Amino acid sequence: MSDQAYNFAYLDEATKRMIRRAILKGLAVPGYQVPFASREMPMPYGWGTGGVQVTAACLTPEDTLKVIDQGADDTTNAVSIRTFFERTAGVATTTQTAQASVIQTRHRIPEEPLRAGQILVYQVPIPEPLRFLEPRESETRKMHALEEYGLMHVKLYEDIARHGEISTAYAYPVRVEGRYVMDPSPIPKFDNPKLGNCPAIQLFGAGREQRIYALPPYCDVVSLDFEDHPFTPSKADHDCDLCGCATSYLDEVITDDQGGRMFVCSDTDFCETRRDAGHRGRLSPEETA
Amino acid sequence: MYVATKGGERAIEAAHAWLAEERRGDPAVPELSLAQIREQMALAVNRVMAEGSLFDPDLAALAIKQARGDLIEAIFLIRAYRTTLPRFGASLPIATEDMAITRRVSATFKDIPGGQILGPTFDYTHRLLDFKLAAEGAPVPTAACKPADANPAPHILALLDRDELMEPLEHSDATPPDLTREPLEMPAERALRLQALTRGDEGFVLSMAYSTQRGYGRTHAFVGELRIGRCAVEMDIPELGFSVEIGEVELSECETVNQFTGSKTEPPQFTRGYGLVFGQNERKAISMSLVDRALRWQELGEDDTGAPAQDAEFVLYHCDNIQATGFLEHIKLPHYVDFQSELELIRRLRRDAKAPQQEAAQ
Amino acid sequence: MKDLRDTPLLVVEDLSKRYGARIGCVDVSFDLWPGEVLGIVGESGSGKSTLLSCLAGQLAPDTGRVLYQGHDTLEMGEPQRRTLARTDWAFVHQNPRDGLRMGVSAGGNVGERLMAVGARNYGAIREAATDWLGRVEIDATRIDDRPRQFSGGMQQRLQIARNLVTAPKLVFMDEPTGGLDVSVQARLLDLLRGLVRDMGLSVILVTHDLAVARLLADRLMVMQGGHVIEQGLTDQVLDDPQAPYTQLLVSSVLQV
Repeated sequence: MSDQAYNFAYLDEATKRMIRRAILKGLAVPGYQVPFASREMPMPYGWGTGGVQVTAACLTPEDTLKVIDQGADDTTNAVSIRTFFERTAGVATTTQTAQASVIQTRHRIPEEPLRAGQILVYQVPIPEPLRFLEPRESETRKMHALEEYGLMHVKLYEDIARHGEISTAYAYPVRVEGRYVMDPSPIPKFDNPKLGNCPAIQLFGAGREQRIYALPPYCDVVSLDFEDHPFTPSKADHDCDLCGCATSYLDEVITDDQGGRMFVCSDTDFCETRRDAGHRGRLSPEETA
Repeated sequence: MYVATKGGERAIEAAHAWLAEERRGDPAVPELSLAQIREQMALAVNRVMAEGSLFDPDLAALAIKQARGDLIEAIFLIRAYRTTLPRFGASLPIATEDMAITRRVSATFKDIPGGQILGPTFDYTHRLLDFKLAAEGAPVPTAACKPADANPAPHILALLDRDELMEPLEHSDATPPDLTREPLEMPAERALRLQALTRGDEGFVLSMAYSTQRGYGRTHAFVGELRIGRCAVEMDIPELGFSVEIGEVELSECETVNQFTGSKTEPPQFTRGYGLVFGQNERKAISMSLVDRALRWQELGEDDTGAPAQDAEFVLYHCDNIQATGFLEHIKLPHYVDFQSELELIRRLRRDAKAPQQEAAQ
Repeated sequence: MKDLRDTPLLVVEDLSKRYGARIGCVDVSFDLWPGEVLGIVGESGSGKSTLLSCLAGQLAPDTGRVLYQGHDTLEMGEPQRRTLARTDWAFVHQNPRDGLRMGVSAGGNVGERLMAVGARNYGAIREAATDWLGRVEIDATRIDDRPRQFSGGMQQRLQIARNLVTAPKLVFMDEPTGGLDVSVQARLLDLLRGLVRDMGLSVILVTHDLAVARLLADRLMVMQGGHVIEQGLTDQVLDDPQAPYTQLLVSSVLQV
């Protein structure tokens, strides 16, 4: 049931048009951060206001929405945002990646490959990949405009000189279509290879920083690296303890204060689907049938 | 009228009488009781206790009432009262691992021994005005409750500590310096910095912390654990020869896990930031831990990037809102003696500057 | 194809810069040839630093043209000018702090220009950095240290390595030995002279120190009050100064 006191998907139509224009510009110039007049939303900045505005601008009454946080549908913030759209847009919601037409995510890309026609909306805290090298926005905009990305590689060089490898594990910077360097939002670098050549549309919304950027389908995305220190996606060196999957991204769960740990798929829908199909892991309960 | 020459005393008396009248507001509206403030404005009470450095919800409620809801003024009242209190001694260090927890979240692990407990939080509420609250006399809300978890809730950072993933804590039995008894002197050691931050202005500490997140002294912070609850306060009684519990305080504690240091030869370890504040006041506790971490750049061998949050003198000398508001507002006091001398000076300078022009014109 | 050595590298025509009513530099014209070191000398306030900033594209002159290999650098867009600044050109500041990234290791400082023009092999970048540290007489074991751990002379040598690693054609130098002790200065000058000769660099060197000018410059321009009052071969200007101001400058300062 949608709440009749608000327009469909909360935002007024003029605001949605403004956001759609920014999205279209972002799709036309992949990886370029389009400034937009972000609105105050009924959740705090940093909790997905950018993603929520992008989702609101994309939703139609026929859409089916999935919301995940850390890969899971049942995390508190995901539940909160899903409820928000159930209430203000009345759209159907799902936890199944394959069923969703719009997926809003924080920090993960679903394990199941996305398909054409789907939209993946990322929540972005800091859209500027150069921000931690240069705090001034006026300067970073100029660096993008002039393609001055040497400093980014200096950072990676320093990592290797100091630690022997590139010590960026999430929000790992990428170069889009050989032009803009882009922050893929704080997804683990494990997910970076899924950014490129993806059949779905990927939209990135940063509410507090008032930026939208986008990856159109099948776009070229390269994680920055050196020839002799190539980018390597990484994950915990375990199988999922519930579904046995050896290739999914895993959460580490502390089970006691004696150093006990278990590892489970961060993508809960993926894990459940596998378990329903009969896959089992190290800590799966014994079959009772 | 702003006239300080004559009749100043009468003016002050009249102003204070007027203030008292305004404080009460429309007499047709029932007067606020301290209990109402304490129970229904609890987060304001918490802030006043934290920045007033005195754990006493009733006195904080009184201060808020007296200050007409101006929290900095209320904090000022508490500080002024606190300073008059005799000091009998110091409590033993509080054991936050034994806290009776009402809220506990970790952003670094999905599940943790002892569990994630959301508790009474605004998180995940949609910020839509609830007009039902405008109507009085609604039934008293109740929340389903579960018996307290018997499982221990160890500090999450202690668990990372077991694996040597955290920088070691420095243990010391030295008596920490006391900011309320000794002047703040630079360079300030960490214990002193933390004291200044915990009573520092929430808005200031928040903005400093936020600036580190935006790149001005970035520290890559994760909330390893945020816990809120009540802790017993114990005190050694020399006459008895053992310690006794003298009361309980509500605390918010935040421990952050931050970017690591290390090199190819020295294995990297995460570093830490710490925040501890009276009452349920997690915005402040998290802010404090971020600023604490940013201020530690020197001991961790990081660079001075010139960020405000790395500058201990800047942060510590400007975080106290009682000092700040006093000095700021003092400029509305009469300054006419100084101003008179400036007037004379500027008139003379203008005259001197104009003289050659006039001569040239003739 | 015409040999580049037959045409000037830099042609400067009628360059002027005023700050309101105050004169920065007026009607400066000269040619700079490949492999030539031009010294600009004068007291502080003579306009030599203003001129250098205008030439290097850091300050927009009011009038005049600056042609680099035939291209007007004042007309070109900022992207091209910045590309030039990190490839063909280099700028050595008086204070190494202005030219170095103090929070980045020596290796990273030297490697930055390589990475900015597309170098993507860590080993090769490191090798080039090691080589350049050697050429400016910094021990290779210091490659991962940050410049703040270096002495003033070492910082200046590191700045030179950082600038020359991409083998620029034209180097602007602003009092490169300015803040250093005399003995450190001598070593640096020696090093600079060797590098300029070996790499065939063209240099525009601003200095108030005629001894530095004598050691490094092929040709001198003497500036006073924003005007070029005398120019010629270094030995000729210093040994037989024509303008009264130059005579005064040489007699009072030059003790080589």
